[in-house]
Amino acid sequence: MKFQFLWFLAGLCVMLFIGWIVFPYALYERREQPLQFSHKVHTETAGMSCDNCHAFKEDGRFTGIPALSKCMECHTDVIGTSPHERTLVDEYVKQNREIPWLVYARQPQNAYFSHASHVKLAGLNCDRCHGPHGTSDSLRTYARNRISGYSRDIWGNSISGIKTASWDGMKMDDCADCHNQHNVPNTCLKCHK
Amino acid sequence: MESNEKKPRYGMVIDLDRCNGCGNCTLACAVENNVPPAHENANERTGITWMRVQKVDNNRPYPENRSVYFPLTCQQCDHHTPCESVCPQKAVEYDTETGIVAQIPVRCLGCRYCMTACPYHARYFNWWDPEWPKGMETALNPDVSTRMRGVVEKCNFCHGRLQAARAKAAVEGRRAIADAEYIPACAESCPTKAIYFGNLADAGSEVSRLAKEKNSFRLLEQLGTEPKVYFRSEQSWVHEQMNAKLKTAEKEKIHG
Repeated sequence: MKFQFLWFLAGLCVMLFIGWIVFPYALYERREQPLQFSHKVHTETAGMSCDNCHAFKEDGRFTGIPALSKCMECHTDVIGTSPHERTLVDEYVKQNREIPWLVYARQPQNAYFSHASHVKLAGLNCDRCHGPHGTSDSLRTYARNRISGYSRDIWGNSISGIKTASWDGMKMDDCADCHNQHNVPNTCLKCHK
Repeated sequence: MESNEKKPRYGMVIDLDRCNGCGNCTLACAVENNVPPAHENANERTGITWMRVQKVDNNRPYPENRSVYFPLTCQQCDHHTPCESVCPQKAVEYDTETGIVAQIPVRCLGCRYCMTACPYHARYFNWWDPEWPKGMETALNPDVSTRMRGVVEKCNFCHGRLQAARAKAAVEGRRAIADAEYIPACAESCPTKAIYFGNLADAGSEVSRLAKEKNSFRLLEQLGTEPKVYFRSEQSWVHEQMNAKLKTAEKEKIHG
């Protein structure tokens, strides 16, 4: 009788370990960014502001991750000591090839999001959804869900779905929660196209 | 003119005495909304055209014979919207903010109950996965998502254009958009300017003025669905023939 209970307990522990640790680990495929980039160096050492690169266009669109031409405004040649900058110049700038960034916040194609209305009208800061990305010194490993193909940032870092920070998770429920808190309508076409 | 405090009710008035049936609206709509070129096996029933030009005539012998073309699209029913009320999946939603009837294709399970319920035959089913000729996919509209095989789709008054207009206003710090900033592709492209578009809730707008004129009517008005698409013609037989056309279409299942 005593051993039966121990076996049960051991089995339970094994299954919980698989369910909560092994499966979530196996679910995500890790990929490194093609190039390292330091937001910290650009904002602190170079003294740039966020909207130098991540700007709004007159038609209401947001540039998101800037194109290579933006980098080339400064980096037509190597100006620092970082080996990553050399990679940028040699492999992308000189060959005029766009950098294939892995976008942490990439949403499904039927999701609509306007940075303009959230930033300009609602007054949200970047870190409300993107976390401390703007002050980071390096780009973290990108994790791609093997089943859905979406970035880990969409579900969020917490597998159980319990949020520890406002930027943990960028799925529909996360958008809807904030909309509900601020009495913004949650009609389908508000966020879908 | 800034929209007033009252929530907008977007609507359309189509002047049939101006429409010459050229089909430009159908084409502009397809380009705007990423409707792919028809599949080789597609026919009139299975092809997709969010806006389709129909023809009615007065059935009189020459020289009294007259024909009228009318573009038929989702009538954006304001009251007990038939497609919305039958959808088992909540894939159709009446947007209380704008009065636009929204179709959410990714939520659709493809039962086509809404197509049966729609008295205007304005809904279309994707019988095939969309395919664009090589190179054409680079010209897709990023403001509209593409749809897959097995789901229903329909006109949503070019909602992508409304989103774009709102984003442009937001960049300028405005919450409301001006009426002139938002116009669907069909109305914009009509060479004879037969399609008027605007806010029906705004009593001063051109569409609400035209909608109230005596020559204006709505299709199958007796159903009480309160469509937000109006038609107008000075020829008295047109209204009756259009309703008759819709009923025949139902009987013959011309549009699925």
